[in-house]
Amino acid sequence: MGMLDAYIRRFLAVLRTEILVLPSRMAVVVFVLLLLALPLVTQDGYVLRVMILTAIFAILAASWDLLSGFTGQMNFGHALFFGVAAYVTALLNLELKFPPYLSIPLGAVGGVLTGLVVGIPCLRLKGSYLALTTLAFPIILLGLVFAFPGVTGGELGLSGLSRLTGSRTGDYYLITGLMLALGGVMWKITDSNTGIILHAIREDELAARAAGINTTRYKLLAFCLSGFFAGIAGGLYAHFLRLAGPSTLEVSLSFQVIIWAVFGGMVSIYGPIAGVFILNPLMEALRVVLERFPGLPEMRMFIFAGLVLVTLLFMPEGLVPWVRDKIETECPRCKIRNAFTRRRCRVCDAALD
Amino acid sequence: MLLDIVIDGLIKGSVYALLAIGFSLVLGVARIINIAHTALYMTAAYLIYIGAKPLGLSPLVAMLAAVGLTVLLGLVVYRLFIQPIQEHEAAVLIATIAVAMMLQEVFLMAFGGHYLGVPPLVDGFAVIFGVKVTFQHLLALGLALLMLLAVRVFLMKTRLGLAIRATAQDREVANLMGMNVTRVAMTTVAISVGLAAVTGAIVVPLVTVEPTMWMHPLIMMLAIVVLGGLGSIEGSFVGAFLLGFAESLVVFLVPMGAFLKDSVALSIMILVLLIRPEGLFGVSFEEER
Repeated sequence: MGMLDAYIRRFLAVLRTEILVLPSRMAVVVFVLLLLALPLVTQDGYVLRVMILTAIFAILAASWDLLSGFTGQMNFGHALFFGVAAYVTALLNLELKFPPYLSIPLGAVGGVLTGLVVGIPCLRLKGSYLALTTLAFPIILLGLVFAFPGVTGGELGLSGLSRLTGSRTGDYYLITGLMLALGGVMWKITDSNTGIILHAIREDELAARAAGINTTRYKLLAFCLSGFFAGIAGGLYAHFLRLAGPSTLEVSLSFQVIIWAVFGGMVSIYGPIAGVFILNPLMEALRVVLERFPGLPEMRMFIFAGLVLVTLLFMPEGLVPWVRDKIETECPRCKIRNAFTRRRCRVCDAALD
Repeated sequence: MLLDIVIDGLIKGSVYALLAIGFSLVLGVARIINIAHTALYMTAAYLIYIGAKPLGLSPLVAMLAAVGLTVLLGLVVYRLFIQPIQEHEAAVLIATIAVAMMLQEVFLMAFGGHYLGVPPLVDGFAVIFGVKVTFQHLLALGLALLMLLAVRVFLMKTRLGLAIRATAQDREVANLMGMNVTRVAMTTVAISVGLAAVTGAIVVPLVTVEPTMWMHPLIMMLAIVVLGGLGSIEGSFVGAFLLGFAESLVVFLVPMGAFLKDSVALSIMILVLLIRPEGLFGVSFEEER
């Protein structure tokens, strides 16, 4: 009993000193709890489906941030990793009858290999060249998908994959749990030594090289890591929808990923996740609302684009950094973040203003 | 067959060249990757359709009005949505994507996904080496080449062209030399959008007007700009004809060519980049810091 008591005491202490002191951390905890509690509130298949897809896209957007935000390797063709993994997963599942717990990791390996294949030629390119070249790869593959419908199913894609868990709620917990875990892993990566090196490459590649860092190797690592996480998202997508179609490779998906990530706030991992969790359910809600007015033309995407455009005018850094700056202030002396309500820093007691 | 390929390749090449040059002007001077560039080309095409069909204007008047309106639209969007966030590169990027999506959705709402057409300016056809070539194709080709020449002369021979090239090369130094960089950027946006609109006007009788007609030219244009070397007018020109001919060859000669035309063009681009990372005519600058 004493042990348990000590654990609870410790947990409460951490809660009080580490989490409740910062609004942003509280927001993360509330977000996780709400996400896990959702199936208790509603078992509605449509709501769960929307949230599952949102979670999958959140993994995808965060993996884009890992490569393009943190490492600064602007990727315009992120759908490539997603699509390759979706197709690999689908082929393994359909042709070789691999179960999901094998086909999805192997699909992610496909994503890693794609990262290598794309990464190696892209190592020599910088900035806008890189961005525009990466855009090319998924389009090339899309052409091949349409040209060889025998293998890829052409326009209809590959359908009839086996189910993930069998129940909607099971799928929800599996995918949401994975999203939270992978998001945590990605956040930890960016916080680690490797992450700092990746950040250094973004800020000044020449200086990083001069400091003795093999930037080539680290950039390739970033491509592979990003490919891996995006690949898991792709595999989950294929198994959840039981379909891997050409839409997973389309330019619009690549653009969508960039919009989610930049809207939420780049270079943070949690920003893109927040971006997806705001924009995607919002769009579905809008669909439901607009269906009440059958006379109106289909204007969902128009509203979506307009919303993004106007938001950017006021928050060009993205939504999450903007909110964070409003609710927290950085201590001028020790650089620790404080809740906006405090007059003095919680660590060094310097005056905040 | 051969002449078909040549004519088609020439027209495609010159259209892509016009688009790519307009795109690289803005990229060079204002540092904007303008995804909405071909969406503005589509806007011009739709405006011409509106002028020529529902309003019943003469095609020439419709074209002039459409080009003017598109330039105005481009400037308003630039002033309202792009300029205030110019420091944030990523934000500008998705702002242009959002603008492109909005334009696509506006036309989708207004006209649905229907394939629309605009009557040709001139009727009739000539027979060259036994192949029927419509006058409209020849007109489009001539106009496109004329526009290319005009852009070239403008950039190389006029003071404004000099200012644009100087700003593209080094914004800060150009500013120090007494050029109003903001105004140069504004002018460049106007010229770039104007080029996109004129391109739209040139090809509109030859293509179907529909809300996703901006996607394919966008991809080809981006490939050409990278292939030719960012900011190099000659590069865009050569790259455009290279990929224009490649596309025509694939479409006419390869089975399933319509599916593979993008793949082939983009593969050419990647192959060139593997050998010359700065593109065909690009200059490898010292690393910017």
